[in-house]
Amino acid sequence: MKLPFEQVVGRHGETVLRVCRAVLGPGADADDAWSETFLAALKSWPELPEDTNVEAWLVRVAGRKAIDITRVRARQAIPTEELPERPATVGNPGGDEYGVWAAVSALPPRQRLAIAYHYLGGLPHAETAEIIGGSPATVRRAAADGIKSLRKTYHAGEHTKGAPR
Amino acid sequence: MTDITPSGIDQAIDDGTGAEQAALFPIDTPTMAALHDRLAALAADRGMLDIAYRTIDTPVGPLLLAATETGLVRVAYERQDFDTVLESLAQKISPRILAAPRRLDPVAVEFDAYFAGRRQAFDVPLDYALSSGFRQLVQRYLPHIEYGHTQSYKEVAESVGNPKAVRAVGTACATNPLPVVVPCHRVLRTDGSLGGYIGGLAAKTTLLNLEGAA
Repeated sequence: MKLPFEQVVGRHGETVLRVCRAVLGPGADADDAWSETFLAALKSWPELPEDTNVEAWLVRVAGRKAIDITRVRARQAIPTEELPERPATVGNPGGDEYGVWAAVSALPPRQRLAIAYHYLGGLPHAETAEIIGGSPATVRRAAADGIKSLRKTYHAGEHTKGAPR
Repeated sequence: MTDITPSGIDQAIDDGTGAEQAALFPIDTPTMAALHDRLAALAADRGMLDIAYRTIDTPVGPLLLAATETGLVRVAYERQDFDTVLESLAQKISPRILAAPRRLDPVAVEFDAYFAGRRQAFDVPLDYALSSGFRQLVQRYLPHIEYGHTQSYKEVAESVGNPKAVRAVGTACATNPLPVVVPCHRVLRTDGSLGGYIGGLAAKTTLLNLEGAA
């Protein structure tokens, strides 16, 4: 039985936004990736096989949309190590009360992506490796290192409200 | 200042599912609401929003309103359970369903006016996709019973050209997918007693009182 799509957005909307923010930084790009993910999902929803793991499917779609947006951005902008700080198009600008997204953005790319797809998106190490390259073992390490690093950031007390931008 | 550290970050160093980690990476409610609204608008623009819905508060309790691109397709009372109604719409019409209050604004405005006693008939386009055959024939007839008037099930059966189908008229009323708009509440028993009503007899009485017909 195919559920109303509204329930899909309600159940998985936050997870997909976390993945988009971890990959693209909190802001307009992540918002756009989120919208494109759910539009693509809405289009395919009636035909999606019943036994699909919906969240994993959405996370994979979000990964493809994020890559599309990264490519567009790469064509448009001068390459830079840092994620651009485009303001969010909707809601609370940035929405980063705890500075956690700024901390994620500051991680090395592989750690950031491992956290996005595995830790936040719930994909297995092997599948995450297919998306971001490397082996399941290196994904496992990157995710663990990234989380360790985030923890250090918090314990160092650098997480004041209105975190550095 | 420990309260601003997302709790549980220490436990989160190993594997886990997205759900378990959710609390560490907060997403605020207004952001999700704004993204949802933008999704509904984009989906409608791209012709992918098959059913839009919203709820409204009325003197007969909250009502669910759902519309296809053709028109209003479903009005439901809370006692019918909104989740069940939406799941039924997903089965019968399309699961491409989103809460999209704006598409229902014109309908909501007419409901407000009706319940305020300023409107006697609904002008919004209707989609009768959820009924067929004799039931739909009866349902299409019902708006011809004027505001403030009532007919018996028997009179309705006669009006649609099938005087013996009194029970079938009762079924058509009981399965009306568009109560209030398609005024099955204006159909009573021959002796003037209420008969049944999808929204409960109290709701039927409220509507008839509103219309000055009781």
